[in-house]
Amino acid sequence: MPFSSLSEIKARLDAGETTAVEIAQLYLDRIATHNEALNAFVHLDADHVLAQAQASDAYRAKHAPRPLEGLPIAVKDIFCTQDGPTRCCSNILDGFNAPYDAHVITRLKEAGAVLVGKTNMDEFAMGSSTETSAFGVCRNPWDVSRIPGGSSGGSASAVAAALTPAALGTDTGGSIRQPAALCGITGLKPTYGRVSRRGIIAFASSLDQAGPMTRSVRDAAMVTAAMSGHDSGDATSVSDAPELDWLAACDKTDMKGLRIGKPKEYFVDGMDAGVRASVEAALKQCEALGAEIVDISLPHTEYAVATYYVIAPSEASANLSRYDGVRFGRRCDEPEDLLDMYTRSRDEGFGSEVKRRILTGAFALSSGYYDAYYLKAQQVRTLIQQDFLQAFEQVDVIATPTSPVTAFAVGEKTDDPLTMYLADIFTLALNLAGLPGLSQPCGMVDGLPVGLQWIAPAWREDVLLGAASAYESATEWSSQTPQAFAANGGES
Amino acid sequence: MDIDVKKVAMLARIRLTDSEADELGPQLGGILGYIEKLSEVNTEGVAPTAHPHDAAMPLRANVVTNSNRRDALQAIAPRVESGLYVVPKVIE
Repeated sequence: MPFSSLSEIKARLDAGETTAVEIAQLYLDRIATHNEALNAFVHLDADHVLAQAQASDAYRAKHAPRPLEGLPIAVKDIFCTQDGPTRCCSNILDGFNAPYDAHVITRLKEAGAVLVGKTNMDEFAMGSSTETSAFGVCRNPWDVSRIPGGSSGGSASAVAAALTPAALGTDTGGSIRQPAALCGITGLKPTYGRVSRRGIIAFASSLDQAGPMTRSVRDAAMVTAAMSGHDSGDATSVSDAPELDWLAACDKTDMKGLRIGKPKEYFVDGMDAGVRASVEAALKQCEALGAEIVDISLPHTEYAVATYYVIAPSEASANLSRYDGVRFGRRCDEPEDLLDMYTRSRDEGFGSEVKRRILTGAFALSSGYYDAYYLKAQQVRTLIQQDFLQAFEQVDVIATPTSPVTAFAVGEKTDDPLTMYLADIFTLALNLAGLPGLSQPCGMVDGLPVGLQWIAPAWREDVLLGAASAYESATEWSSQTPQAFAANGGES
Repeated sequence: MDIDVKKVAMLARIRLTDSEADELGPQLGGILGYIEKLSEVNTEGVAPTAHPHDAAMPLRANVVTNSNRRDALQAIAPRVESGLYVVPKVIE
């Protein structure tokens, strides 16, 4: 039962076999038992969860159920929620309680979802391992000595260990897809502009996008359908985005006529041989399902990491200037003057990775360096986007590994920031291009999950969902569960 | 690449301790050194991309859309008096 998908839980609720309160209690019990080993949740108010579940049962007694009626969904600590703390896992937001809900939180509440607490993440979503959180390292349920990926590591860990059937993450350079891959679940990053960013604490405004992390492709479609749509309160939320039939897109069981691009730049020396073999095997399976595999090239791929690490820190440096100790968040004790208040509040409140990124951005934007760094990166961004546009003249969808490696050990990459940055080498190009991407499980190497990444043209999440659904229906990888957290047993 | 990390930190209004500056300096140099890779790319005549879809900023009617929520918004401030945010004295 705990490892059921949202769709399965919904079917049982609709059939009257269980109640939202029973479901909520089941997951609250699992969180109580297992969270200590994982550190996936950083805030949880059990009474509030049960109150939402009771309200959902009461609603169901009188009305037709809403699309997510009674379904538990956990939320990354980056989403503003007015019922409790929002910290972005940073000390600078010590004591912060958001005065409003993020737009997507409002949408999920309107759809009847039961929100179950806030999940762990890298501070301000800056990281690939969930090790920079002010609340401590989060762990991977497949091996608790390893990281869950990041930055939405708490959401990935919680879904993989069935502490919740679904969770929300955000993805600036891979922060939904990479942890989904490393924890053996499904994660969808929608097209930039599909989902409102209002009330989601900003990291890099031209890249950030929120999306679901789930146990199945259909669940990802269900949650995205509920959270997406135009929001007049977010100027980057696109008002004329093509509407999709999200659930119908998941009915595909074959890939007849689908042209899948296999970019040579994503199958390179230096990646884990087991990961490569798993993804190659997955592509063979796609051929067996009727797809045609087409070798393609995305020639500017090798510049994506450098481009990203100019643009994302530059935008972050501007966005994070709002943490100045004046209107909200932490202020240092006994400031001598205004400058002392700003500089000391920020030094005390931000962790070292956040400082590295702010400083990188401040440098790239500073007088005399702007053209060589920021403008140059924006130009290369255009070339990266053109690579994808040209590829999509030949193919319908692109398939790659999500991550070049499986989950690494806690502490393994913390000494060298550049090594950590390269963990996102296969995920961040599509953020630069604003495209949708999906990661789903496609294998196991030494007991650790491997992720297959699908990339589609802008606004064509239906293509991602169709290909991923067909693959999921033909394989068993999505139903694998970590033994230590199985329903009858476990380590605590 | 050698950069004056304390100067950059002051641009970002972060006061680094000496030991932080000693650690961050070389790391920042390493990151910026890696980014130098971009100079290999010929970008002559390439337009910069700031927004992935090149979308125009939407306009809305010029009407008030939000209510007065001063009390709720100031409840989370470090220091407030008479509806004003209080900071250390700026003018002598």
